[in-house]
Amino acid sequence: MAASSHADAAHIDYLLHLADNAVVLGQRNGEWCGHGPVLEEDIAMTNMSLDLIGQARMLYQHAASLVGDGATEDSLAYFRDAHVFRNYTLLELPHHGALVGYAIDNRDYAVTIVRNFLYSSLMLLVWDRLQNSSDTQLAAIAAKSLKEVRYHVRHAGDWLVRFGDGTTESHDKAQAALDHLMPYTQEFWSASDFESGVATNGIGVDITSLRNAWEMQLQDTLSEATLQIPTAGGFITTGKQQVHSEHLTFLLEEMQSLARRHPEGVW
Amino acid sequence: MSGLTTISRTPRATAQADGKVASETLSEIWRALETLTDPEIPVVSLREMGILRDVRGDASQGYEVVITPTYSGCPAMEQIHDDVLATMQQLGHKASVVTQLAPAWTTDWMTTEAHEKLRAYGIAPPLACATSAAHANASGSKTHVLTFAKRTAANQNIACPQCNSDNTTEISHFGSTACKALYKCLACLETFDYFKPY
Repeated sequence: MAASSHADAAHIDYLLHLADNAVVLGQRNGEWCGHGPVLEEDIAMTNMSLDLIGQARMLYQHAASLVGDGATEDSLAYFRDAHVFRNYTLLELPHHGALVGYAIDNRDYAVTIVRNFLYSSLMLLVWDRLQNSSDTQLAAIAAKSLKEVRYHVRHAGDWLVRFGDGTTESHDKAQAALDHLMPYTQEFWSASDFESGVATNGIGVDITSLRNAWEMQLQDTLSEATLQIPTAGGFITTGKQQVHSEHLTFLLEEMQSLARRHPEGVW
Repeated sequence: MSGLTTISRTPRATAQADGKVASETLSEIWRALETLTDPEIPVVSLREMGILRDVRGDASQGYEVVITPTYSGCPAMEQIHDDVLATMQQLGHKASVVTQLAPAWTTDWMTTEAHEKLRAYGIAPPLACATSAAHANASGSKTHVLTFAKRTAANQNIACPQCNSDNTTEISHFGSTACKALYKCLACLETFDYFKPY
């Protein structure tokens, strides 16, 4: 009995991890709505956010059915606080380079594109494997999400090449964004209890087994983009284990405030 | 006011008459649902889009209408859900709508009529998914990276829905909705939407 409830907890945490990743990046990239560098990109970025939020909804709905106790997609997205979210820290960072905590800066599209590339390249592999998950609902969600993430990788990869192999300024900005974000990808490969739990029972993937394939994908595009892959080192972030940067609270505050202020609101 | 409401009610009762053969009722339902279109593309029916998958059940138990979402975040799905329920209600049937994820919707399910209607409406219909993947592989990159030499879409046979020329180029992967890309015809200079293979 104890073993099975432990397994259930890992299962739910894993679904929430996947859902939180999608909703946090969807919300973050949605900040470009109305502010995109060109009209086409404004539309592209919001369309991809729509994909991510759609994936998050399916995952939250599925998680809610396992959580029971009246949980819904809305209660999971809007009424959980930052300290229980399980997204990668990478995805909650603002669209600019490292700054002291109180500083603000203009959004940098290179940061947006590099992050999308690092994350979608990972999810391309993850969704592909999850099509064979023993959780059939998760497998169904993976099959849909895979079709969408292929376009996301293509979009980010195209822009990365355009930036990296473009002007000196665009090259330098893309390289700076890559140098800034690469250390956060170490979190992908650090094992956590819930991930190990679902990897052994066939629900999830053993994420560490995807590292080589991910690095090869990066190598392909980044060499075409004439960008150097920095060596990732230093502090390993722990967002998926619910310890976040200072940025997530602000992001969630904006996303959740309406639902919390008007909990019964419909439109 | 009350006069208006009585007029529309009367014919419904006969549609529910008990003597009707089950298959007749089912085909009647399919016919009624055939009038529903994708809210984003009002010329193509839900069946032709491959969104409407199945109708099952019977008059006493009620009917289940099975739909499948296109893109995960497609905002049209709620509208489609409501439209289906409203139609079933108009027919006087007890019904629920089931959203089914697997097998995942693919543009390959679009019917030939749908392709024709899309083209007539100004949207280039999708290539088959397998064809599209083959092209992606043929262009030589595992991650589908494009090169930024001005690449015409001629080798992909994405013909302009206006003038039918193959001399077209992609402006943006994402057009007016997530499911479409924005293209430009280099022959007639019109821009057009291309329904991406999914």
